[in-house]
Amino acid sequence: MTDNVNVSGSLRNRLALILTGGAAVLAAILFIVVRALATQVAQQGQDNILNASMSSILDTAIIRDGQVTLDFPYSSLSMLGTSADDRVFYAIYENGSLLSGYDDLQVPNMPAPDKDQFTTSTYNGDPIRVATGARTLIGSNGPRIVSVSIAQTQDALSATLNTISRNVALIGLGFFVLSSALALWAASVTSGQLHRLTRSVTRRGPQDLSPVTKAVPTEMGPLVGSLNTFMSRLDHTLTQSEDFIAEAAHRIRTPLATVRSHAEATLQRVEHTDNRTALQSMVRAIDESSRAAGQLLDHAMVTFRAENLETETVDLIDLLGELVQRMAPVADMKDITVTLQNDGPAVLSGDAILLQNALRNLIDNALKYAPAETAVVIDVSTTPSISIRVLDEGAGFAPDEIATLSGRFIRGKDTGNKVGSGLGLTIAKEVTTAHGGTMSLQNRPEGGACVSLHF
Amino acid sequence: MRFIALLTLLLAPLGASAQNWEDQQLFGTQNIDAPLRILSSTDTSFFAPIIEDFIASNPSVSVQYLATGTADIDRIFRETPFDFDVVISSAMDLQLKLANDGFAARLQDVNHPDWAQWHDSLFAFTSEPAAIVVNKRALGLLPIPNTRQDLIQLMRDHPEQFFGKVGTYDVRQSGLGYLFATQDARASETFWRLTEVMGGINAQLYCCSGQMIDDLIAGDLAMAYNVLGSYAQVRADTSNELLVILPSEFPTTMMRTVLASATAANPQTADDFVRHLLTLQAAGDPAIFPLPPLSTIEANEGQTTISLNPALMTYLDQMKRDAFIREWENAIVQDE
Repeated sequence: MTDNVNVSGSLRNRLALILTGGAAVLAAILFIVVRALATQVAQQGQDNILNASMSSILDTAIIRDGQVTLDFPYSSLSMLGTSADDRVFYAIYENGSLLSGYDDLQVPNMPAPDKDQFTTSTYNGDPIRVATGARTLIGSNGPRIVSVSIAQTQDALSATLNTISRNVALIGLGFFVLSSALALWAASVTSGQLHRLTRSVTRRGPQDLSPVTKAVPTEMGPLVGSLNTFMSRLDHTLTQSEDFIAEAAHRIRTPLATVRSHAEATLQRVEHTDNRTALQSMVRAIDESSRAAGQLLDHAMVTFRAENLETETVDLIDLLGELVQRMAPVADMKDITVTLQNDGPAVLSGDAILLQNALRNLIDNALKYAPAETAVVIDVSTTPSISIRVLDEGAGFAPDEIATLSGRFIRGKDTGNKVGSGLGLTIAKEVTTAHGGTMSLQNRPEGGACVSLHF
Repeated sequence: MRFIALLTLLLAPLGASAQNWEDQQLFGTQNIDAPLRILSSTDTSFFAPIIEDFIASNPSVSVQYLATGTADIDRIFRETPFDFDVVISSAMDLQLKLANDGFAARLQDVNHPDWAQWHDSLFAFTSEPAAIVVNKRALGLLPIPNTRQDLIQLMRDHPEQFFGKVGTYDVRQSGLGYLFATQDARASETFWRLTEVMGGINAQLYCCSGQMIDDLIAGDLAMAYNVLGSYAQVRADTSNELLVILPSEFPTTMMRTVLASATAANPQTADDFVRHLLTLQAAGDPAIFPLPPLSTIEANEGQTTISLNPALMTYLDQMKRDAFIREWENAIVQDE
């Protein structure tokens, strides 16, 4: 069906690709956003604990005997215990000089009192988070700024973040898989509508040009509308051409019959030999035209029916028997015996009218070209496949014409004064082809022509 | 670091140069030019079977065992960390600070309970309570003190009998003594009253549990407070004059810890040794592992065992330490 259609891409694949691509992008965004959020929350948590620890140390700062001392509680550092056993560093400065702690800990310069600061740096190559706070103590010799910095490595934090990342990645992956499944489902449901329409159009018989009445989705409305309009136009055109064929047959055959009957009548009355000869020629010409018109109409009908082949079960033996019977008067006129022989029942699925037309043309030809008092044999064989041979004992085909004889309006050169249009073999060949068969022309070794149809 | 400098100054009166070991011993016969150097506060006798077992399974290794006090260990190791492969000490706070300051190597995937290790680098392998040890003969008919309160009462009631005959750690010299004292002080006010009472009867100050036990056996001391129970118990088994009492209200329990040096000359052997030690601890065969193994029951209660936590560094803060020592001196050194 799609052999001669210019196909580019698939609607379903395109839809599925867009939807799964979208899902992948969304999953990636979900991962990035949630991870960033988790990082922020986890860092906030660490900052809060560091701040609490730092404040609890800073709160103990007092001036005793002119000296700044900090007698900070055990809990200040114990609250910094983590599951990953993060390392802890601290530094306590008074007016910028180290009071206690780690002198190599990087702390902000000159921290402002009552304003907590959080910085990220490294200690011995390990990333640390530092909370710094400062207080102003008023001593006897002026104000003193005490600053406390508490630092902690980030092992537990990164372990937490890794766990969160892993979970979020799994959630993102699950989301993607689910979305992809939904996308594929949606795509196949959508394209399923198209498939259903295609099937319902394909299933129709060749004569069925009625509009599609099944409900279709809105988006397919215009397409189905166009299809319906197109089919109704086609239907109209076909009806017109059928009418035209019938009209043409009527318009040509009827006046010709009238002319012929007038010519026959005139022939009865005319005595003069020249005039009689002229009239006889006229009657022959009219016969020839009438037959040609008939053949033309037959051919037009064959062409139309072959394109819209309607198949039924045809019994070839019955069909041929009937034909032989109908043509017996013609055969009797020339004393030709017509024999129908077969090796079993031959049943074919095809158009009975076309087959009858084709076979009638062949038998007609045989009777026309066979000499008087000879035999015409119609042989039907069913093995290996159905084939029909029509054999006569006439002059046979001219060998150089065999290849071209079945063309339109081609007649043999030695047909003499036989009436013919050159369409008989053409019709037979086209009917055979429409039924998936082949026609071949041969000369019999013992003399005479042989036309074979193989189905 | 100023902290180390101060610590060094403070410990200078000990006069202990790096070579002045309490004990040193070489185990094994192979590769004696490059032995595994273990710096330890534990008496060699406790560790000899452990080291011999280690050498039995690693015949190509020799071990140099260097014993000294806990404070010395901290000072020496901070000065020359690359000279030693393994550090073993009962001063949990100093050990934790070493690990915190990056002196310890991280050992991956060591099969050890979480509460008994810190930062994959410091591993506890014993549970040892601080005990009150008395000489039964010197105590005579007086009641046996079962709590710190009993001890205070006993000394208050009989100051003449105990004058100069009670011993305890000099927290200025001993890292373990300082750890026990600070943990006691953290737990109860009783500690300060006890210290004052001991100061009032001219308590003798010691660097180490071993010497206190020696003097108890010799009869120079009648009682000693915060002695390492494990050491005392071993001696009590051979001398029926000693009585080891765990204060019933809260025995402060220390965990001996081991770390592999981050700058070890034999990092793989150090790693192997630590794992071997922990395996022996878990097996708990007293013939090979004579030290008291980790006590899971106490650790679960979590009340008396000092836990491995950054808070251990609190009392190592210079200001805190100065204040604590000052207060302690005021309480105990009354004759100055």
